[in-house]
Amino acid sequence: MSGGPLLQVDGLRMHFFTKAGVVKAVDDVSFTVGRGEILGLVGESGSGKSMTGYSILGLVDPPGRVVEGRIVFDGTDLTRLDPAAWRGIRGNRIAMIFQDPMMTLNPVLRIDTQIVEAVQAHSGVSRESALARAREALVRVGIASPDERLRAYPHQFSGGMRQRVAIAIALVNGPDLIIADEPTTALDVTIQGQILFEMQKVCRESGTALLWITHDLSVVAGLADKVCVMYAGRFVESGPVADILDRPLHPYSRGLIDSVPARNERGQPLRQIPGMTPSLLSLGPGCPFRERCSSATPRCAESPEVTEPSPGRRLRCFHPAR
Amino acid sequence: MLAYAIRRFGQSVFVLVLMSFLVFIGVYAIGDPIELLVNPQADEVERVRAAAALGLDRPFLAQYWVFLKGAASGDLGRSFVYNEPALTLILDKLPATIELAFVAMVMAIGLGIPLGLLAGLKPDSFIGRAIMAGSILGFSLPTFWVGLVLIMVFSVQLGWLPSNGRGETMMVAGLPVSFLTADGLAHLAMPAVNLALFKLSLLIRLTRAGTREAVLQDYVKFARAKGLSQGRVIGVHVLKNILIPIVTVIGLELGSVIAFAIVTESIFAWPGSGKLLIDSINQLDRPVIVAYLLVIVTLFIVINFVVDVLYSLLDPRVRLGGAAASH
Repeated sequence: MSGGPLLQVDGLRMHFFTKAGVVKAVDDVSFTVGRGEILGLVGESGSGKSMTGYSILGLVDPPGRVVEGRIVFDGTDLTRLDPAAWRGIRGNRIAMIFQDPMMTLNPVLRIDTQIVEAVQAHSGVSRESALARAREALVRVGIASPDERLRAYPHQFSGGMRQRVAIAIALVNGPDLIIADEPTTALDVTIQGQILFEMQKVCRESGTALLWITHDLSVVAGLADKVCVMYAGRFVESGPVADILDRPLHPYSRGLIDSVPARNERGQPLRQIPGMTPSLLSLGPGCPFRERCSSATPRCAESPEVTEPSPGRRLRCFHPAR
Repeated sequence: MLAYAIRRFGQSVFVLVLMSFLVFIGVYAIGDPIELLVNPQADEVERVRAAAALGLDRPFLAQYWVFLKGAASGDLGRSFVYNEPALTLILDKLPATIELAFVAMVMAIGLGIPLGLLAGLKPDSFIGRAIMAGSILGFSLPTFWVGLVLIMVFSVQLGWLPSNGRGETMMVAGLPVSFLTADGLAHLAMPAVNLALFKLSLLIRLTRAGTREAVLQDYVKFARAKGLSQGRVIGVHVLKNILIPIVTVIGLELGSVIAFAIVTESIFAWPGSGKLLIDSINQLDRPVIVAYLLVIVTLFIVINFVVDVLYSLLDPRVRLGGAAASH
């Protein structure tokens, strides 16, 4: 164990080398996650937030590749590890949960097989003790009659139950960090609330840090300690959750927060950010948000540097809101 | 499961009766076997006597009824030509065909699935493209032509392999088999390769398509995120999912390889049942044709039943008999 943050992503760039050109899916993104801390990674579809998560686990498929930056996890730069060592960390010290629980479990394998293999991939325990740990993990995520459930197949579960199983698989090796890629988006609202509650409880109990990738600011507001906002593959701003939600500095974060329908504005037209996300293929230098930004000036054609307007907050903008 | 098996059995009997009736009509319509069986110089008395001896003087439906009664007690009639029970004739020849078909299928499966996986995992690599190009050749070259080229190269030019017959056989459980002796293997090699080539290409393409689809699925990414080795992700998570269509096709192809290995058997003079069928059709030897097709249909029915059972083992969502499995 080292004294620094649990995870430090520094200047990460992940590009897809396609026939049509280089797609800069993640372009200079930096953030840190402390031990037991919950970071909300927020952005629209295509902002590169999921790709950031995959990069941390080394799960980027060709033609994608991490081209630059460091991913320091507990003092080790993961990008310098060989594939076998990185595999030893995946699912063991860093686990991941995906968006669609209907798709993440293998339909032709029993639940016990799918949990036990995750245990046995990282420790040489017997099948019996791996099963005992699987059972324990199911109990922790609130699944009743775990013995019966272990022998079932995924199609015998509802969506919410499948996501609980996926969370149990993520928890089974006692990871230090869980990367959760919109795990509640595909669920209905009541189940979403339950899953959020369970995740928060389990992570607090075990001191597991969470990187919660989402486009839903209301989820982040209730869950996260810190927020990092991304736009078009680039870092926009970050800081403690209350600061960002109350006083967003970047025009994009402000637009995002304003887009959430509020209760006291019933009947009013909903607000939105004008325009569309730019194509990552044709994105030149400069602030990618300037086409849609009401504060943009000619200066925004240059890329702004990351500044620290107040302790704990970081920002990439020439014209922060006051 | 038992109810399912019984229902399947009932359906199968119906299919067999219907099929035999259609074949009866077909052979009846082609022509009169007496014309071929009796010496052209024979007089009318002789012809009538021969027709009466074979039961061919009776009306069509009466002939079919006699056949059905015999079939119910396991007697599929005697060959007009060889004057032996048709079933015995076929069962004498069928083991050679089945051996050839099994060896060909084992080759096709043993090579096709690994090569298809490789081509599916690395579609843009040189090896992936080479496998696909090869499979197009295997797909499009006619079987008889490949057989002739094999004989030209390996028997005529190089003189490595014999071009016809079964070679030395060994008795296993009362049946002669070739694949256990060196000479038998040498005889088996070319016909088996010839027969396997098309199935191999089919399996390569099927496996590749399934693999390419499966590797994009979330469950594969999730399996990798669990830190599983590449071998387990491919060998368990991908393979078990793509095996479902592959098993179906293997089942169908195994049946068709046994039933229609005729071209390969003719080229390599393999003493199997394909040649018997062709001869019987030429001589309008109706009992043998009907019995042969009944045996083949039975084979298909059995294979399909096995495939259905394998299905339910491979895919938990499939339950035989249509019983709901959800909780």
